[in-house]
Amino acid sequence: MAHHDFTTPVTEVQVRDLVVNDTVTLQGTLYGIRDATQIHMFDRGRRTRFDLAGHAVIHTAPNVKTVTKSAEHPAGYAPICVGTTTSDRMERFTRPLMRDCGVRVIIGKGGLRDESLAAFGELGGVYLAIIGGTAALETTWIEAIEDVDLDDLNPESLWRFRVRDFGPLLVAMDSHGGSLYDTVRDAAAARRAQVLRSLGVTPRGG
Amino acid sequence: MKIRLHDIEETAKVLYVRALKSLPPDVKAGFDRLAAAETSPRGQATLATMIRNIAVAEDTDNLLCQDTGVPIYNVWIGPGVDVDGAGLKRAIRNGCARATHEHPLRSSIVHPLTRRNEQTSCGIEVPVIHVDFSDKAETLEIEMVPKGSGSENNSFLKMAVPAEGVDAIRTFVVDCVLAAGGKTCPPTIVGVGVGGTSDLCVALAKRAATRPLGTACADPDGAKLERELSSAVNQLGVGPQGLGGDATAFAVHIELAATHITMNPVAVNMQCHSARRARATITPAGIAYGY
Repeated sequence: MAHHDFTTPVTEVQVRDLVVNDTVTLQGTLYGIRDATQIHMFDRGRRTRFDLAGHAVIHTAPNVKTVTKSAEHPAGYAPICVGTTTSDRMERFTRPLMRDCGVRVIIGKGGLRDESLAAFGELGGVYLAIIGGTAALETTWIEAIEDVDLDDLNPESLWRFRVRDFGPLLVAMDSHGGSLYDTVRDAAAARRAQVLRSLGVTPRGG
Repeated sequence: MKIRLHDIEETAKVLYVRALKSLPPDVKAGFDRLAAAETSPRGQATLATMIRNIAVAEDTDNLLCQDTGVPIYNVWIGPGVDVDGAGLKRAIRNGCARATHEHPLRSSIVHPLTRRNEQTSCGIEVPVIHVDFSDKAETLEIEMVPKGSGSENNSFLKMAVPAEGVDAIRTFVVDCVLAAGGKTCPPTIVGVGVGGTSDLCVALAKRAATRPLGTACADPDGAKLERELSSAVNQLGVGPQGLGGDATAFAVHIELAATHITMNPVAVNMQCHSARRARATITPAGIAYGY
């Protein structure tokens, strides 16, 4: 259960060193990505001018305010509330995101599935769990919106945030086949029969 | 009491922002109750972060969660209230759009086929507006619920049959909670609709999911089933955020309707831990805001 302080981008070695139940705090650059962003990138052939190699992406679509471009707000957007969305919907984009763009770290809530876990193992990646629904807190870790691409998809644009002390985040899926979600789900499924018995549910044969 | 549509528009705007920023006291108390009972260290840490977020949102006057949700307005009109109904709906819609522009808020609403976002939090049939009637004289109430999508995406309907009995309801609720796992941002309020037609059953589940914590189903058998299921789902170990622990749900809430002799429908709609809602009560004395 080691803690790691990472400045992005990270290397494959750094990511493969992580195991489930470790914690990570990020410094530097973090990219925000969402359903529409990835549908347009991977299903419709849109390209981004950002180099995501070795970087971390977070499943988000923030609340922002349009402002005059300045040193503080180089993209012309001020962050209002930046949070995290449920990752599961974007399961099928994990592999192209890693294979085509070189992404190493995915941050989200609720977890990803087997195909993502396989991609983390084969390509060297990790899923970091953030506490969903705690966006007010998360926003205090965002220093600025540095840049934005694919902004016609707003709010599902591809955002580049500058972050400071972003975390701690929990390593919930690692490159060694470990998934905290699988562990919890299997344990819960094993309790199902006992819970139904406690409710007096009578098993009926077909 | 003559209702001015300008007041409705302003109230609809204020309610959206209030709901997004301040959690109702019953939900805060629910967090304290779950945190006190949580035995898993990870569950305790996760709940502590959620509780801290509530304080940060209040201290920084920020939104609790980035998801501005699907805006839902529930309206109750009492006797002696004189209001233009169609105008009321237009005013609510305008207020919702103004909140989105003026705060500003993320518009989370798109056309279902083109996925075009009008950046107004409005679209076809959205905001969702329900109008009903109450016995409260000279009183118009508006409740605003920004319904988060992570929990809304885990909505389920089963048209069970009478031969499956109440056991079908019990099993379905447990299996829905298992299927949702961490995707609904637990701890949740598990809303269960029982009976009615298919559409009414789902509407009842939503009503149950957005009912204040500490309230019970008006039907005694429904209330008993709520207590049983509330205890049962917290034995599953899904825990806060699906990362393991005791606190899978604040409660299971049930709303009932009579149904057909051949039918036994059950629906589940969940509310995430950011169980947001806000209420305005308009009387001759003025507009009072609460939950």
